[in-house]
Amino acid sequence: MFFPISGAHISPIYLAIVGFLIGILGGFFGVGGSFIAGPALRAVGLDWNFAVGTDLAHIVGKSVVAAKRHRALGNVDLRLGLIMAVGTIGGAECGAQLIQMLKRAGNVNLVVSIVSIAVYLSISTFMIWESRKTLRAQNRKIGAGTIKSAMAKRDQSAFKPTTRIIQRLKIWPMVALPTSGIKAISIWIILLVAFVGGVFSGFLGGGAGYIRMPSMVYVLGIPTHLAVGTDLFEIIISASYGTFTHAVKGNVDILIALVMHTGAAIGAQIGAISTQYFTGPKIRLAFVPLPLIGAAIVIYTLITGHKL
Amino acid sequence: MKPQAAKTLRAFLVELVVYAILVVGYFFLVLHFLGESLHQLEMRHRYTYAGVAILLIAGQAVVLEALTTLLLRLFSGRSE
Repeated sequence: MFFPISGAHISPIYLAIVGFLIGILGGFFGVGGSFIAGPALRAVGLDWNFAVGTDLAHIVGKSVVAAKRHRALGNVDLRLGLIMAVGTIGGAECGAQLIQMLKRAGNVNLVVSIVSIAVYLSISTFMIWESRKTLRAQNRKIGAGTIKSAMAKRDQSAFKPTTRIIQRLKIWPMVALPTSGIKAISIWIILLVAFVGGVFSGFLGGGAGYIRMPSMVYVLGIPTHLAVGTDLFEIIISASYGTFTHAVKGNVDILIALVMHTGAAIGAQIGAISTQYFTGPKIRLAFVPLPLIGAAIVIYTLITGHKL
Repeated sequence: MKPQAAKTLRAFLVELVVYAILVVGYFFLVLHFLGESLHQLEMRHRYTYAGVAILLIAGQAVVLEALTTLLLRLFSGRSE
């Protein structure tokens, strides 16, 4: 099939299958999946700039489907999502400026690659440690007679004591997040978490859900299911902003995004529904390979010099 | 395989076939007619194209979400 905007010939079946796979990941983990979509679009000959912009457009559609499904399941905190969107957009702009500064200094590729590998590996290592520790503690409680179904509904985390300290910081203004079960938390902490995610998004590309989703769980203390759903809601706003700016620069082939999204729509539903069958720590443990895939792609790019 | 799992899998496969037929129709009808006009818009009016692009992808998302939910209800007799 010929796509006149980007001038590319790509099989629509291929696009729908890629969209389907990314949709499942997005619906289940609350990530955009750009670390797969970008290379998948590049692999069929789409220019890098179109791959980035078109992927963002497809992420908007996929996140609408997955967030609607998560909302129906009670997994979206709208207030938190709206606050985070502000921080993410601000952070993304700063990340983009940082890239421009490094470009002028002439060492952008090496710095971005090393930072991203360090970030990806740190997230994966931390999440393996935390989720396994939490699961072991849960198993001990189940062995000691706690009812298993009751355990599954509560989101446990071995990092909870630190999260409680963060929640107790009284930096005005405070905001209540009743949907997430948080009585009061400083709005600045939420904005900071979103801002850092946004900086990584602008700096490393993609939606940076691999940073934001764990941050929401460990720093803000949002239950995993809600972090996944709220992150998707927040991605709708930030990816729409990214799509608009990329489209103005001529980097979006919306026809490709529409075709990809036909697969993503059904994949996102399956992913979102699947979260109901897993406890928070199990979702977090299953999340671990995602940043590792991101790190592997960056290492491959560093070694071969070919951008995937 | 448990009877319940087999039933769910069968319902999902039927849904996938129906969805695939609808999507293939969509590729060849809607995108065929939209393609050239969107291309012209992208070349001449970038800001309008950017707005239309977001509206199209969000609109398609809402329609497809409703469609997949309907199909899930029809074939598995439940909404999730």
